[in-house]
Amino acid sequence: MKMDWRALLFWTLISALLVYMTLPAFVVIMASFNPGEVLSFPPKGFSVRWYIKAVTYPDFQIAFRNGIIVAAFASTLALVLGAAVALLVARYKFQGRGLLEAILSAPLIVPHFTTGFGFLLLGAHLDINQTYLIIIIAHVVLVLPFVTRAIHVSLQNVDPNLERAAANLGASPLKSLLRVTVPLMLPGLAGGWLMAAILSLTEFSASLYVTASRTQTLPVAMYNYIREYTDPTIAAISALLIVATTLIMIVANHFLGLRKILAIEPR
Amino acid sequence: MQTRPLFFALLLPSIVIAAVFLFALAEILQYSFREFIPGSLDVGGFTWANFARINRPIYFYAIVDTFWIALLTSLFTLVMSYPLAYALVRTERNWLRTLLIIAAITPLFTGEIVRTYAWMLLLGTEGMINTLLKSLGIIDTSLTLMYTRLGVVIALVQFAMPVMIILLATAISHVNTDYEKAAANLGASPGRVFWRVTVPLTMPGIIAGFIVICAWTMSAFATPQLIGGGKILMISNVVYLTGFSALNFPFAATMSVVALVSAFGALAVMKAISTRIERGTALHS
Repeated sequence: MKMDWRALLFWTLISALLVYMTLPAFVVIMASFNPGEVLSFPPKGFSVRWYIKAVTYPDFQIAFRNGIIVAAFASTLALVLGAAVALLVARYKFQGRGLLEAILSAPLIVPHFTTGFGFLLLGAHLDINQTYLIIIIAHVVLVLPFVTRAIHVSLQNVDPNLERAAANLGASPLKSLLRVTVPLMLPGLAGGWLMAAILSLTEFSASLYVTASRTQTLPVAMYNYIREYTDPTIAAISALLIVATTLIMIVANHFLGLRKILAIEPR
Repeated sequence: MQTRPLFFALLLPSIVIAAVFLFALAEILQYSFREFIPGSLDVGGFTWANFARINRPIYFYAIVDTFWIALLTSLFTLVMSYPLAYALVRTERNWLRTLLIIAAITPLFTGEIVRTYAWMLLLGTEGMINTLLKSLGIIDTSLTLMYTRLGVVIALVQFAMPVMIILLATAISHVNTDYEKAAANLGASPGRVFWRVTVPLTMPGIIAGFIVICAWTMSAFATPQLIGGGKILMISNVVYLTGFSALNFPFAATMSVVALVSAFGALAVMKAISTRIERGTALHS
């Protein structure tokens, strides 16, 4: 049979590529149980001491809390702003719409370290460095394009006729927005908010510039640790993050349908 | 119009956040033309000197290396992501689809530091790849993967694949399979159908993916910083070094401007090329 060797070849290739993509995660998990300070492959034994160190290390505890505070504010703000931008672009025609869209999607192209450096300089000017505010502003700008896209996709599935119907029935624009459009957009809003929160929690390059030692977020604290120590504490904390992210993805896929949010549903 | 108050309520915050971003970029531009005063964070008056300094070999090579690494990464990412995106869209098995999407997308959300650290464990002299190859007897002495361009690219490709897979899968999912069936009915082999029908029809996704990954890679920082270890310098690493080791903010700003111009310049060039390619491969009806 001719198709068989093709299929075999294809699935071998797919398996190899999946190994390449997931190998780093498995290696981190393997290394995190390494008993000694020096990593060895395969590990000589099994120990959870690095997990204990990771969760009790003060720098990581503070950084984790900082990250949660920043992500909570940044993702919620980005959600509100992203919804506003998506609605503007989808429902209104006005002068400068293209320009506004271009500026707000530019953070996808502008290197993160450039954005971070810019906010560091701006923060110095406004004297708000060393505060959460500058980190939150930077994160909002960075995650906004992703949120806007997620909401925009879900907005396309909302029939504008429903809004017109609500208006005909006497609803004010605000009421029809809150009672018709927003409820229909809920999956997109939830997906966008989740994406924003995760991206904010894991953002590194820009955060390195805008965080101070007191306000540093987890990735920055991890980077500083990697530069000073080589023990597997980072492996333990990375393993926790990988497992947490994977679980969130599985749950999100189940409830929200990642393929729908990412617009890769086949016709 | 009745909808005006709502319109302004939506417009105002959008303009504010756009303005804040522009102010941050304007700060960089402003600093890039300022004189550096050694030992001080204050800056002097207007000068062109920062831009003249780019000519020095170390900075010039960092710029060239940035482009080179971005191109290599985009190319490998494209070639390796296409099969996965294809399988993701076309498989009929539910469990496989779930497995593929979780495995393909999750790395996007674990963050730059976690991924880079994982690759440090893999690529090191005593890392997993070397240990494995040695115990299998394939090599005798360790391969040097850390602190090399190859090592940086290997890590960056894995880092870039989720985004490429999303973009390619979107493109592949929009291909009308009737075209493929028609080609097969007319006697084309599966390989020919793929290369002559599927690939041309997904060309917009391929080009978009290539461009996005190129821009994305040009802004990579943690990976070249930790895996390049100072031996591989991209623009991002130069900015960090001059900004935080030498505290030369003006020159760091200048290199940031270079990065910004490079990213948008590369984008414009690729857009121009892509318009030509798309014209060449579009199926005319």
